[in-house]
Amino acid sequence: MTATPAAVVPRAAAPLPSPLRIALARAAVETKVLFRERDAVVFTFALPIVFLVLFASIFSDSAEGTGVTVAQLYTAGLIGSGVMGTGFQNLGIGIAGDREDGTLKRLVGLPMPRAAYFIGKIASVLVMTVLQVAILLAIAVLFYGLELPAEVSAWATFAWVFVLGVSAASVLGIAISGLPRSGKSATAVITLPFVVLQFVSGVFIPITALPDWLVNVASIFPLKWMCQGFRSVFQGDAGAALELTGSYELGKIALVLAAWLVGGLVLCATTFRWKGRRDG
Amino acid sequence: MKHAIRVRGLTKRYGEVQAVAGLDLDIEHGEVFAVLGPNGAGKSTTVEILEGYRKRDAGEVTVLGQDPARPTREWRSRIGIVLQTADDRAELTVRETLRHFAAYYADPRDPDELMEQVGLTESAGKRIRQLSGGQRRRVDVALGVIGRPELLFLDEPTTGFDPEARRRFWELIEGLAHDGTTIVLTTHYLEEAERLADRVAVVARGRVVAEGDPATLGGRASAKARVSWSDGELETDNPTAAVLELSRRYDGEIPALSVARPTLEDVYLRLIDSADPPAGGVPETAVTIGSAS
Repeated sequence: MTATPAAVVPRAAAPLPSPLRIALARAAVETKVLFRERDAVVFTFALPIVFLVLFASIFSDSAEGTGVTVAQLYTAGLIGSGVMGTGFQNLGIGIAGDREDGTLKRLVGLPMPRAAYFIGKIASVLVMTVLQVAILLAIAVLFYGLELPAEVSAWATFAWVFVLGVSAASVLGIAISGLPRSGKSATAVITLPFVVLQFVSGVFIPITALPDWLVNVASIFPLKWMCQGFRSVFQGDAGAALELTGSYELGKIALVLAAWLVGGLVLCATTFRWKGRRDG
Repeated sequence: MKHAIRVRGLTKRYGEVQAVAGLDLDIEHGEVFAVLGPNGAGKSTTVEILEGYRKRDAGEVTVLGQDPARPTREWRSRIGIVLQTADDRAELTVRETLRHFAAYYADPRDPDELMEQVGLTESAGKRIRQLSGGQRRRVDVALGVIGRPELLFLDEPTTGFDPEARRRFWELIEGLAHDGTTIVLTTHYLEEAERLADRVAVVARGRVVAEGDPATLGGRASAKARVSWSDGELETDNPTAAVLELSRRYDGEIPALSVARPTLEDVYLRLIDSADPPAGGVPETAVTIGSAS
């Protein structure tokens, strides 16, 4: 799982390219391939936008007494959902496909530090998610009257929730990629937990509308905390009253997301398979 | 580092099936070496152990002076691998793919020159997904050699090729061999082994049952020749005398004359048939053959 040890036998020829250069090459190629699958790109970008349009049309009232608009509420949830969708769902399915079609086997045979593969994947998720968020915010601002926060502190919160969220989601995507028995079943296996999480984590339905036991279940997983973090950015202090505890609990968000990141890394390091099941 | 590859007493078991059962092999630097054997004989397992893809149960294995069970980047950079099946990287173009793979090596071949050599220049801008099977295989070979490997593994490289594509592929491999690349080839085409290989090994039930120059394997060169013509055939140690005798009998041209030594295929099939029947526990779909003991 870690980079292979440095070469022991010195060669007269030029040294191998640095691990950093190879990681950058992987990032470039992964991102390029991601955008080449045009239908996937279009639908990935369209999904949160379609949901925003739907929700903003269905629920047009603002939350009682706080001045929090539907656009604020759903923009935050849909950014969380987009991060999870690209990092967890798309990445998990993509890696299961790489295992199936021989990409992983070929890469193992190359003089590639294995970490470069994961860095490349996560970099491509970052690029994709940043674009996704930019498009979503632009539409929310232009058509649904979303006002972007002016304070630097709000954007700082956005930045750390986003980076921690993308990292945790990607690491979990890498870990879950080994669960489906084949590349073909990956979509079904990985989509179910993702859809369920969206319903219980405050993406589609405000978390205050859920029974306690569902809130408790959702609180185990990272999506609920990501959405909560993004709500703190877009709803501001006025919206804190709408939270279950009357506060955005930023410290707890950081803690839970970091715990998932570390746990996911351990899971990857212990369970990641470079071979398909057919390869024995 | 005397041999490019040295294997002693290699074993590997999958559950009930003993895939490799004490296999020995020496492959010299600069040699083209073909590993022949029916499906299930253990040749793919052996090659995957040599490539560093699989762990062995027991035995000594040295590939380019190192144990392939602990591959380093430096060691990997000296080895090229052309896998049996590959349908990855479908959305990149041929040129992009070659340029990307060049980035892993210290002193890669020039992607454009390589495309020229393997006959892919016209397809350079095409996505891999759009290529024919034969063209894809050429991409695989190009990726296998882009890092100027000292040792190249080719696993059934021409399966599904038409005869002309196969011939062009052979010329490519002969060129690499001429430049000093050590090549380990597995194939089901005995004609291919005969054309390319300096030496062949026949693997059956996890062991090497015969090894040598394809022209003399299994006593091929000294075996009786078969002389056949329109009215009969005979096996003899003195085919020249037989032909002279026939020529006299027909007063000149002998109708439908042919003189043949056993082909590599004849020898191969005999080696496999003469082996003991399997002891059981081997999948029925595999062509099973006994060891030579």
